[in-house]
Amino acid sequence: MIGSAHIKKNFTVPASVDCQWCPGCGNFPILQTIKNVLQEKDLAPQDVTLVSGIGQAAKLPQYIECNYFNGLHGRALPVATGVKIANPSQTVIVTSGDGDVYGEGGNHLIHAIRRNPNITVIVHNNMIYGLTKGQASPTTAEGTVTPTQPYGVIDSPINPIALAISLDAPFVARANAGDPLVAQKIISQAIDHKGFSLVDIFQPCVVFNKINTYQWFKDHTYYMEEDRDVTDRTEAFRHATETDRLPLGIFYAHTRRKTFEESVDFYKTDRQPMYLRGINCAIRNALIASQK
Amino acid sequence: MAHHIVDDLSIVIAGQAGQGIQSVAHLLAHVLKLQGFHVFATAEYMSRVRGGINSTTIRISNEKRDAFRSTIDLFVSLDARSFAFYKHRFTENTMFLGFRDDAFCEDCVMEVNFASIAQSIGGIVYANTVSAGAILGLIGADEKHAREFLRNFFVKKGKEVIAKNQEALSRGFKMGTHFAFSHDVHVAIKAKEAVKDDLFMSGIDAVGFGALAAGVDFCASYPMSPGTGLLTFLAQHSKECRMVVEQATDEIEAVNMALGASYAGARSIVTTSGGGFDLMCESVSLAGMIETPITFHIGQRPGPSTGLPTRTAQEDLDLVLYAGHGEFMRAIFAPGTPLQAYALTAHALDVADKYQIPTFVLTDQYFVDALHKVEKNDFVEQNNAKHIVETSRDYKRYALSENGISDRGVPGFGDGLVRVDSDEHDEDGRITEDTRGLRMRMMDKRLFKRRELLESCMIMPEVSGKKSAKNLVVCWGSTRNTVLEAVENLCDKEYAVVHFTQLFPLDKKKIKKIFAKAGKVIVVENNATGQFANLLKKECDVTADKNILKWNGEPFSVEELIVQIK
Repeated sequence: MIGSAHIKKNFTVPASVDCQWCPGCGNFPILQTIKNVLQEKDLAPQDVTLVSGIGQAAKLPQYIECNYFNGLHGRALPVATGVKIANPSQTVIVTSGDGDVYGEGGNHLIHAIRRNPNITVIVHNNMIYGLTKGQASPTTAEGTVTPTQPYGVIDSPINPIALAISLDAPFVARANAGDPLVAQKIISQAIDHKGFSLVDIFQPCVVFNKINTYQWFKDHTYYMEEDRDVTDRTEAFRHATETDRLPLGIFYAHTRRKTFEESVDFYKTDRQPMYLRGINCAIRNALIASQK
Repeated sequence: MAHHIVDDLSIVIAGQAGQGIQSVAHLLAHVLKLQGFHVFATAEYMSRVRGGINSTTIRISNEKRDAFRSTIDLFVSLDARSFAFYKHRFTENTMFLGFRDDAFCEDCVMEVNFASIAQSIGGIVYANTVSAGAILGLIGADEKHAREFLRNFFVKKGKEVIAKNQEALSRGFKMGTHFAFSHDVHVAIKAKEAVKDDLFMSGIDAVGFGALAAGVDFCASYPMSPGTGLLTFLAQHSKECRMVVEQATDEIEAVNMALGASYAGARSIVTTSGGGFDLMCESVSLAGMIETPITFHIGQRPGPSTGLPTRTAQEDLDLVLYAGHGEFMRAIFAPGTPLQAYALTAHALDVADKYQIPTFVLTDQYFVDALHKVEKNDFVEQNNAKHIVETSRDYKRYALSENGISDRGVPGFGDGLVRVDSDEHDEDGRITEDTRGLRMRMMDKRLFKRRELLESCMIMPEVSGKKSAKNLVVCWGSTRNTVLEAVENLCDKEYAVVHFTQLFPLDKKKIKKIFAKAGKVIVVENNATGQFANLLKKECDVTADKNILKWNGEPFSVEELIVQIK
């Protein structure tokens, strides 16, 4: 049994926790990057909640010493929204895969962006289903042959970056797990940014995706200029639809939208989380008495 | 033909959707209550916004009679086509007001074109007030109360609207009075002073007040009849009661948001109907696994699939009983009166928090839409403690304990960390595949130990009548008052009523005892397969000798139950 008697600020779990990832997995650098960001921000583990769905990426919260909710396949975003609205002072981060967030939970992505809770969503995008052994994901390239698509994938892949920009998401970025130093900068900014932040992070799957390898991602990406105007939506779209080499960095960032928490009347004057709130019996009794 | 009504009058107002039937019913119910009558109203309507035929039944009585009567004493038609829909409810004594249909008794028809009178006052919108006036005049109500009610009701709309409505009322009232005189109609139901101060409440409002009493913090739901009423109620009161009430994009989002909020320490409720709940089933299983509280209100309606969207049924007990894969504990409640709805909703929320399980409140269209008169002082305080602890450094969310309940911590409250996992997990919430150790202990904790706890605090059914009666009539949820009135009408001491409000879990020993000496067990349910009777058999080894079932989308009426029970 694992004890949590020594909660460390470096967010490192006890050595006895058995890691379920394959050697060389692209999830390892993402894990280290997120830990680095949390340390850099000097957050207390008690004030951080990681939320995930199902899949190999969704196991990441197991390996960081903080609160977590490892729920159902595809359902991480509504859970994270619920956590944030019940306690806005928690730093809420979703860490899940492309199948989870873009496939099973695609509808939630659309509407979470519309609702705009101040959460950060990190999507480990390996362009394949790992845990179920190599089937196509919503980001797998057309024509890719898999055990369940023996004649090649016929659906065209989703473009999560363009989708998020079209919904006016406050922060939209892409990173590469093979370049953790830049990824750390991007994720750090995503967490600091007010509102819904999406970070799509390219993650090589060393067992089931023999195409999109560390080298492939290196050869097929480039970093956008940093001094661009990231509030320009049209420009962001233009970059988002590039296919020749895939752009990395921050596509779009703005603070024009109110967050879900900010729309709640009582949080304007009282930031107390819901678990500390009591009820006002007088108001309720008056309401009952008014039912004449 | 003379009509002398002394104790019980049933009025049906029928017309198209959009003609303002509900407004007439609202006005009548309130004015009649202010006058000191016991009033009960139930609505039935088609699944459309305009047209069709809808109706409201208003029952006025000497004694409290909150049950659906099929027989119509006074039929008020705002639309000529409505006769055919309700003819099975007419008797030779039924009086008709409004449009005429020659197929029915000429002698007791007051033919009035409400619309043309309304036009002469200033617009068709006043037609329903004319009809309300005619009804009140016919039964000899006090016009003063009605005029006052109209003034308060339209206060925000200005003097002209008030004046025109009062004129419409007067015109109708005079006609009603005249008809009563010419046809020797005499309504002599005794008014009672005490009734005037009573409250009016729909079934869904009572559920809502129960949620407020328990201190609900969060509700996310997707609109679906007849569950929507609770979402509307909570949204309307969200500001003053400091709740977050969010219309979700779909039911899956709703339930997962509620679970996220609950994990972080909110008291959470979701509301839906059977079809919407189908979509939530996976998350019921999740709630069971992660031991995170959540309460579901389910307003039942007839299925399968879209079924009859605005009609009533008790068809989803099996659904709720077995929802979600895997094996875990849950508790299911079903109120039969507004007061029960108030207390049981609060109780369901408390049980969810205290025992860290999913709980259910089952109502139906008939119950949520019915308007009941209730006594204010009956709404007593409910438990609203959240059963949350401040965690210490060595906190373990699923620490194994004697009774199976682990302390519930929430993120950020104390020094501990709160880990929940949909995978089988260890005490600390981390994934495990220890099939011989932890799996067994966690199942024991979630299922067997909780069952014991929940059985020990079971809400026992209410037995009305002689405990040693030979024949026991069993019912659950919304059928309570109808069954009680039917059995009362049998005037036979060998019949007693057993009404269940906790449907699961059932304490076999205690329940068996109630039925030990029964000669005949009759189970009444608004479904086709006898879902509760089957549960009684399975859980408590109590066999129904007779099932009285109805599944056409309508509620039971007192009259048909009298015939069927005997």
